[in-house]
Amino acid sequence: MAKKQYDTPMLDQLESGPWPSFVTGLKRLAKDNDMMVDLLGQLETSYKTKKGYWKGGTVGVFGYGGGVIPRFTELKDEHEKPIFPDAAEFHTLRIMPPGGMHYTTDLLRKFCDVWEKHGSGLIALHGQSGDIMFQGATTANVQIAFDEFNEMGFDLGGAGPAVRTSMSCVGAARCEQSCFDEARAMRSTVNNFLDDMHRPALPYKFKFKFSGCANDCVNSIQRSDMAVIGTWRDSIQTDDALGKKWFAKHGMDELVNDVITRCPTKALSLKNTADVSKAEGISSVALNDSQSLQIENHNCVRCMHCVNVMTGALAPGKDKGATILIGGKSVLKIGATMGTVIVPFMKLESDEDFDALNELGQNAIDFFAENALEHERTGEMIDRIGLVNFLEGIGVEIDPSMVLHPRANPYIRTDGWDEEVEKAEQRKANAA
Amino acid sequence: MTEMREPIESGVPDHVQYLHPLMKKNYGNWKYHDRPRPGVLHHVAHGGDEIWTVRAGTQRQMDHYTIRKLCDIADNFAEGHVRFTIRSNIEFMVSAESKVAPLIEELNKNGFPVGGTGNSVSMISHTQGWLHCDIPGTDASGAVKALMDELIHEFTHEEMPNRVKLSTSCCEINCGGQADIAIVIQHTKPPKINHDLVANVCERPTVVARCPVAAIRPALVNGKPSLEIDEAKCVCCGACFPPCPPMQINDPEFSKFAIWVGGKNSNARIRPTFHKLVASGIPNNPPRWPEVSAVVKNILNVYKADAKPWERLSDWVERIGWPQFFEKTGLPFTKYHIDDWRGSRATLNASTHIRF
Repeated sequence: MAKKQYDTPMLDQLESGPWPSFVTGLKRLAKDNDMMVDLLGQLETSYKTKKGYWKGGTVGVFGYGGGVIPRFTELKDEHEKPIFPDAAEFHTLRIMPPGGMHYTTDLLRKFCDVWEKHGSGLIALHGQSGDIMFQGATTANVQIAFDEFNEMGFDLGGAGPAVRTSMSCVGAARCEQSCFDEARAMRSTVNNFLDDMHRPALPYKFKFKFSGCANDCVNSIQRSDMAVIGTWRDSIQTDDALGKKWFAKHGMDELVNDVITRCPTKALSLKNTADVSKAEGISSVALNDSQSLQIENHNCVRCMHCVNVMTGALAPGKDKGATILIGGKSVLKIGATMGTVIVPFMKLESDEDFDALNELGQNAIDFFAENALEHERTGEMIDRIGLVNFLEGIGVEIDPSMVLHPRANPYIRTDGWDEEVEKAEQRKANAA
Repeated sequence: MTEMREPIESGVPDHVQYLHPLMKKNYGNWKYHDRPRPGVLHHVAHGGDEIWTVRAGTQRQMDHYTIRKLCDIADNFAEGHVRFTIRSNIEFMVSAESKVAPLIEELNKNGFPVGGTGNSVSMISHTQGWLHCDIPGTDASGAVKALMDELIHEFTHEEMPNRVKLSTSCCEINCGGQADIAIVIQHTKPPKINHDLVANVCERPTVVARCPVAAIRPALVNGKPSLEIDEAKCVCCGACFPPCPPMQINDPEFSKFAIWVGGKNSNARIRPTFHKLVASGIPNNPPRWPEVSAVVKNILNVYKADAKPWERLSDWVERIGWPQFFEKTGLPFTKYHIDDWRGSRATLNASTHIRF
């Protein structure tokens, strides 16, 4: 039995209604946990005053410089004594989950056992960076809890100016759109940068995220400095039986309005099956005994829309891999920026392919570490120095897929033109 | 002092050990999926194996009793394997269709709504707020709980034109992320500086460098080294607050809510988009933030009625144009909607394309 709970008339109003209530959960914990009694006291105060009362500090585990989010209460009386002393320290451990956030119940119960014993019993699945957040530990218990998680095979994630915890979509484990082994790519990449994660020494944070297709279910393009997004180079695969099944159910209206006219590059057309082009780069799927949907794959931008609508009838091609985009980030300081194309396509199948991905990440982080200003994200650095300087710095050749359109102003010194044309010819020759 | 334990720097664990056996067996070999009902996915592998997934909403910040309850349900009504989506929905995987209905019944019995798939409104991606953040303008879990209570029908049904992703953020850093509809604190007054503390707490050059509009400069105030703000330049973003807590940006009255719409990270159809400001000045009114819910529900209702199938909110606005968006939603268009940040001229209408 814990001490008596405070009255929480504001928070109580969040116990009714159909959605699961975190307040009910906090109160359940507070029945035998003084820390949660006081946490509820402080939270109710915030609801009344509309103010936050936590400050950061320095709390960590032996051997690491980050991964713990320290929280000390600032809600104190006139003698500088915490008003809610049992929640005066309420630190979070960020623990990295497996790719795709898969768990057995056995594992989740073990997490619960550790956190019931050494922490508040409150666990967030998951934080916005993808960590399992074990919320609410005293300074003294942080090391003890970490040691137990660490012995279970789990490790701290990132915080501060460091490589951060990553996420990968469910992908190959349960999705037909998967274009590479997302969880393997995530694990092998992050585990290559554990030193940069656990001992923060970069100019600012650096995030990787991995989505198996352009639906980008982990929001890599907007939320990561280096986004790895699945795609394919050859033609969309088709299945006539599933095409006919889809058409029988959905009909011509939906085919025209929801599939063909929604193609952003007008690469789809309705054809009499006898008239379907036999040219290279054309694939088609049967809709009934006489009509087919024709796809001009060289003009398809792999946006995923038609594949989403006609799942199974249409599917990503066989020559799969990923597009790499660099520079995504949120608001601070120049405004939100999306990642932009750095590598239009790379295979991610062999060990060498994954090594090449790691090498690209290493080059990007090395260049970032040496050239970014303090508290500057990769996207801001590229904004400041220009894409070409960044590409030269990491040893990646230019490609027209990196831009929406060429330069629209003449403010450029072009006396190296002939030399650059030679390089372009050389790139063409190398690619052939 | 006792000897400290060296960490085992094991990094990300291998996910394969936690996969449902059917997911392990058919890894990278799925053929298609359909949705037998809202909240349920049915995936079919090339070899013919089938797996059913039941998705349920959670409160994200979970007490261990809730997690143990979900584990009991997974053991007794599913097959002991679960996963979480990035919006904190839990997924239970089963190998037989006959297990789906009893699993749903058990989840509902225990207060976990089943849904969040396809063209529904999924759980709100959110932040920590007053519960754990050091710079929050509001709470997150509470605002989300209140709004999801009101949107429960849209979570458990698939009646929207396309999927709808929501997010909330307790400050303008926007940790909740881009979304079809994003609810973000917007400060409206410059920070109030406690000059007694700045010299001891803040690394002043760092704070000066953080300001996106160069409105902060070092100053001597009451004989103490401190910082001062050019309030005419200040955009009230709060970027100075994290490195310098004495520059208090949060204000119970003047920190308001803003609503942004049309963010989309998927590449499907139009390229990914950032969300755009549509409403602001909404009071921060715990414990249930009714004014926020009203604006969000209005936008959702108009979108639901007006958008065509498969149009995300951004696709819909792209088709109807922003003037009609403001007209249909009844939201006022103000001078604050016209961007003046870098690159803003590209957001102006350089054409005669106007809808009448």
